[in-house]
Amino acid sequence: MSVRLTRGTHQHPGRRPVTALLGRHPVGLALIAPYAAFIVLVFAYPLGFAVWISFHDYFFAAPGAQVDRPFVGLENYRAVIGDPGVRQAFGNILVFLLINVPLTAVLALTLAVALNRSIRGRTFLRVAYYVPYVTASVAVVGVWLFLFSSDGLVNRVLGPLAPDPSWLVNETLAMPLIAVFVAWKQLGFFILLYLAALQTVPKELYESAAVDGATAWQRFRSVTVPAVRPATTLVVILATITGANLFTEPYLLTGGGGPNGASTSPVLLMYQRGIEQGAPDVAAAIGVLLVVGVVTVSMINRRLLERP
Amino acid sequence: MKRTVPAALLVLSLGLTSACSDGGSDAEADSSAKGPITIWLSNNKEELAWGTAMVEAWNSQHADQKVTAQEIPAGKSSEEVIGAAITAGNAPCLIFNTAPAAVPQFQKQGGLVALDDFEGAKGYIDQRTGSAAEQYKSPDGKYYQMPWKANPVMIVYNKAIMQKAGVDSENPPLGTYAEFLDTSRKIKSSGAAQAAIYPSPTSQFFQSWFDFYPLFIAETGGKQLVEDGKAQLNSAEGQRVAEFWKTLYAEGLAPKEQYNGDSFGEGKAAMAIVGPWAIAVYSDTIKWGLKPVPTSAGKPAAETKTFSDAKNAAMYSSCQRRGTAWEVLKFATSQEQDGALLKATGQMPLRTDLTATYADFFTQKPAYRDFADQAGRTVEVPNVPNSITIWQTFRDAYSESVIFGKRPVADAFGDAAQKVDGLAGQR
Repeated sequence: MSVRLTRGTHQHPGRRPVTALLGRHPVGLALIAPYAAFIVLVFAYPLGFAVWISFHDYFFAAPGAQVDRPFVGLENYRAVIGDPGVRQAFGNILVFLLINVPLTAVLALTLAVALNRSIRGRTFLRVAYYVPYVTASVAVVGVWLFLFSSDGLVNRVLGPLAPDPSWLVNETLAMPLIAVFVAWKQLGFFILLYLAALQTVPKELYESAAVDGATAWQRFRSVTVPAVRPATTLVVILATITGANLFTEPYLLTGGGGPNGASTSPVLLMYQRGIEQGAPDVAAAIGVLLVVGVVTVSMINRRLLERP
Repeated sequence: MKRTVPAALLVLSLGLTSACSDGGSDAEADSSAKGPITIWLSNNKEELAWGTAMVEAWNSQHADQKVTAQEIPAGKSSEEVIGAAITAGNAPCLIFNTAPAAVPQFQKQGGLVALDDFEGAKGYIDQRTGSAAEQYKSPDGKYYQMPWKANPVMIVYNKAIMQKAGVDSENPPLGTYAEFLDTSRKIKSSGAAQAAIYPSPTSQFFQSWFDFYPLFIAETGGKQLVEDGKAQLNSAEGQRVAEFWKTLYAEGLAPKEQYNGDSFGEGKAAMAIVGPWAIAVYSDTIKWGLKPVPTSAGKPAAETKTFSDAKNAAMYSSCQRRGTAWEVLKFATSQEQDGALLKATGQMPLRTDLTATYADFFTQKPAYRDFADQAGRTVEVPNVPNSITIWQTFRDAYSESVIFGKRPVADAFGDAAQKVDGLAGQR
């Protein structure tokens, strides 16, 4: 009773509309305002614009040019879905994700666990894994071209075991190679996420498991993996999102999505259709489908990974 | 609340989107207005030197109409940057690096000024470039680009590699497809070079301009890829050219993997398809010779046509001082400035009487004479709607059937021709 009375005396009737509008912490609103503005201008508005474009016969025009941009309903989506090149690009990115995401998660966790121990040269190794992540893709792609071209280092080492056609012009191997490349390049970032998560795992859990006679593998499987599950969810979702936005690697490593479209990604196609060929309406439809696909996959991942 | 905020953001953005409308620069700007203007030049070192000198010459005579020259801003391609500038309304008055293949798109964007609007313009262009100017007209019959300079492509060969392969290095047999293939096989089997010829096998839309298209033009006697709204690629000539290249790829005479460097300059390939820019690049390091592109039956050089690889100048609709822009355009394409361009870059001004007008230059530098002769027999990309999409469609079919041999040429080209017909017919 006294509590109710206390609350009643503190809630001044005149303040209610302001509180209802701005909440109990108006300063907090001011603090988040810059980021909210950023989200609206850089994310929400372009996304909404893309959705709008995808339902219109749209092309980029000079200011003042009299152009007709009629509503075309699902026409752009029909064109996109009926285009074998687009279907191939989505198939390619699925192959990429199926290889890249598990590879990234497994390698990042394994290496993070190793780097979390007191091993010789730990700092050097942590930096070494991070270097490819912060190096410009163009430079790193140059190294991989040197390694995986027909007369590159890898084929020289493999000798008669080298694939024919070679890696980058092999329709079966080109996309898996890109998936491995991206996993390697981004590994440093995901290792960092796991390293941060590993700091939060109580040592008592390992001690307790050891007392119970658990082997190293059992401790890893029964303690480490469940304890870093939230980080795994984050790694998988981030790897899925960044992987689905693949552009630079097929653009540079395989010469624009080659061989014969085997490494073309949806974002590379968006660039070709939207920028090179002047069809942003078709590109926007591809983009919207990609967003829907990525959100769906991410939600499924989250459901599966967060399940106890 | 969790769902309300994103929904509200989406609605807000859609609202902003639907509310936005075009507005800004005056598309009907006065064609006689004069004053300072800005122009963009290619970032090629030699062209920049020419452009800077040209602007200095203009500015020294026109204090009230100063020209400011800038390099085209960096981007994945000049066309991408220009397209963005058109949309943003901040394109300069003139760009001396406008690709003919991009003109239909720029025109559709409302980004170009029809030069016919200026008094005497049509006569000036026709008189300067002659009948070759016809192919730069847009479907509405107007010039949205000033034919400026060409880089007619020919086959350049490395004499040392030819000699090593046991081929006559002064006059290698490269006139017919059979001769070209035979010579290529000798180069490869002798180990004289890793490849006979090494055009880029990547899938960018423009790559066909430097493998299939020059030979197609030569084989057809000067046809464009699309004529009268119909694709020509699936003709008997088109298929012969494709089968020729397919043989080169199938036998490993032309590699399927992109080379990250200059395959000809580094001696990896015995031959290359190049324009006159190659003379300055290779003269110090390679003993080279020139041949026209081959045809199935072997045509005399004087009858062989090729791809022009032209870059033109165009006036952009954001320009407010179009009177000055037009005068600068005429000044930059005058006989004097064309001569300066030729001297500085080795690229061929699109003029009718090139060798006679600059006889002294060609006497001093005879290496350029073959290209100058060839410049009189060049063919451009077709000026049709959806030009870039058409070239990408063709490139995809070419990659699939010719480079990687996944489908018969006739099937892939037949499907591509059908798509191209549809694209060329759109407005």
